[in-house]
Amino acid sequence: MNKDYWNKPAMGLWERLYIFEVIRGLCITGSVFFGNMWKWLTLRKGALTAYYPEEVRSDYSPNNRGRHVLTQRENGEVQCVSCNMCATVCPAYCIEILSTANFDDVFHPKAPERFEIDYSRCIFCGFCVEACPEDAIRMIKDIPDFPAFDRDTMCAPLDLLLNWRPTRDPAKVYPTQPQNGEVHPWAA
Amino acid sequence: MIQDLLIHLVFMGYAIAFMLGLATLFTWVERKQSAIMADRIGANRCYIRIPFTDIKLVAWGLFHGIADGAKMLLKENFTPTTYDRFCYNLAPWLAAVPVLLVFAVIPFGGTLVPGNLLDIVPFPHLAQPLKDFFGARSYQMQVARLDAGILVVLAISGVGIIGTILAGWSSNNKFSLLGAARAASQMISYEISMGLALISLVVTYGTLDLNEMVRYQSGILYGALPTWGIFMQPLAFLLFLTAAIAENKRVPFDLPECESELVAGYFTEYSAMKMGLFMLSEFIEIVVVSALLVTLFLGGYNLPWLTDAGFAFPNGATWAMPQPAVVLLQVLTFTVKVVLAGCFQIQIRWSLPRFRYDQLMRFGWKFLLPLAALNLVATVFVRWMNL
Ligand code: SF4
Ligand code: SF4
Repeated sequence: MNKDYWNKPAMGLWERLYIFEVIRGLCITGSVFFGNMWKWLTLRKGALTAYYPEEVRSDYSPNNRGRHVLTQRENGEVQCVSCNMCATVCPAYCIEILSTANFDDVFHPKAPERFEIDYSRCIFCGFCVEACPEDAIRMIKDIPDFPAFDRDTMCAPLDLLLNWRPTRDPAKVYPTQPQNGEVHPWAA
Repeated sequence: MIQDLLIHLVFMGYAIAFMLGLATLFTWVERKQSAIMADRIGANRCYIRIPFTDIKLVAWGLFHGIADGAKMLLKENFTPTTYDRFCYNLAPWLAAVPVLLVFAVIPFGGTLVPGNLLDIVPFPHLAQPLKDFFGARSYQMQVARLDAGILVVLAISGVGIIGTILAGWSSNNKFSLLGAARAASQMISYEISMGLALISLVVTYGTLDLNEMVRYQSGILYGALPTWGIFMQPLAFLLFLTAAIAENKRVPFDLPECESELVAGYFTEYSAMKMGLFMLSEFIEIVVVSALLVTLFLGGYNLPWLTDAGFAFPNGATWAMPQPAVVLLQVLTFTVKVVLAGCFQIQIRWSLPRFRYDQLMRFGWKFLLPLAALNLVATVFVRWMNL
């Protein structure tokens, strides 16, 4: 019994003869093959895919921000005051902060001793940047370079976050530093 | 006697190395060609590190074949609880061995005169004992010289299907059984058209001996074209190509093992090197089918105007070549042709979508078979009228 299908293919005699359509298909794939092969042979790249991780793909959006940097104060110390807001807001729970205290620096008594972002889990949402009250964490137009066989090795530690880019962010407007003689209320 | 044995052992070694080497090469070609066709780079992660250095030899991913083999050899050889362990273990061999055997009758070069081959040795007095040893014996470059070569090809390649059926039946799995049933019916449907296409070829050449067929193809047609099978019998070429791909169970005829429906078809339950043997036999079959195509339709080891003595151009000019050079050229021609034919098969495999099962059967019985029969009738008629 022949059933009528609603999406019956509408094929003319030409398509039904099959062989000519086969030849056409072979010509299409063949032309792609020889085109790409010619590019390879003339030492150009004949593929659309990137050779990850050796190559950076060319079609990242110019707005893509894929690396975190921790900004620094003018004297080179971490701007972060270890308030844990970024770690709290992070939807992927991938920021780990271990604080240390330095009560001599009364303006910034708390600073991170360890600050790690686990790039095997980060979803690059940028919430951490939004949440930071100190403008201490930013994202730059780059991608993290962490292909590894082991996800334990995909964490970015503090010094890496500080040194991915030149230590100071040139776009940064630094908050005014305490002038000589100015005294923090606590110390008064 | 000893000389014959020696030479044939060399031929056998060459044939096996030829098949296995090209099969391994084709696994790489398949990956790379499909990748380039699809704008990709293709497998290139395998490398060999040069000892004591940091230099990694990637060689365009050529080592992936070795890695595949090593992986398959080292994997766990899982055996399902089946009701017939003997058949289960026998099946991969039955699938792989006939494929290897077919190559025995295929001539991969012209006439070899070992005595003449030694002419190029720089010190004649050193080569003299060997020359005396071989005398004036000449050999066809072929493992087994059989009068009924083409029948042997059909007979032995038909045996290969038993391995498939046995594998599907003995692994106690519905997917395997379905794949085996499909393979069996597909083989029956396409072997007939293949046989008819070959008969029309036999009618054209007037011989069953593959060697004679190749020799026939060294002629010149209408002063320009070589008398290759593809020019004498273009329709038979298409029919044979189609039927051969169907026999090889590759896309677009890969219904016995189609991944999207039957997991892996008849070898679903096989693992490790048993599965590897099925895969390898599939790639060896590409080599063998290409070799058959080349032998039957593309002039075998012939280059146009090349004879055993050198080139003889149609305008009367000749260019004599020493025997070793001719032998080398013929073997090389055959190899290059086989590689190109294999690449063409891979191109087909990555271009066409798979048939539906009823389409496959309709195509085989209602299209290919009448066409092959018509072709045969036309050929016989032409031969009979001596046109
Ligand atoms: S970008 Fe989003 S996911 Fe990544 S660390 Fe910041 S808040 Fe977490
Ligand atoms: S980076 Fe910003 S939000 Fe995160 S702990 Fe440091 S100061 Fe707080």
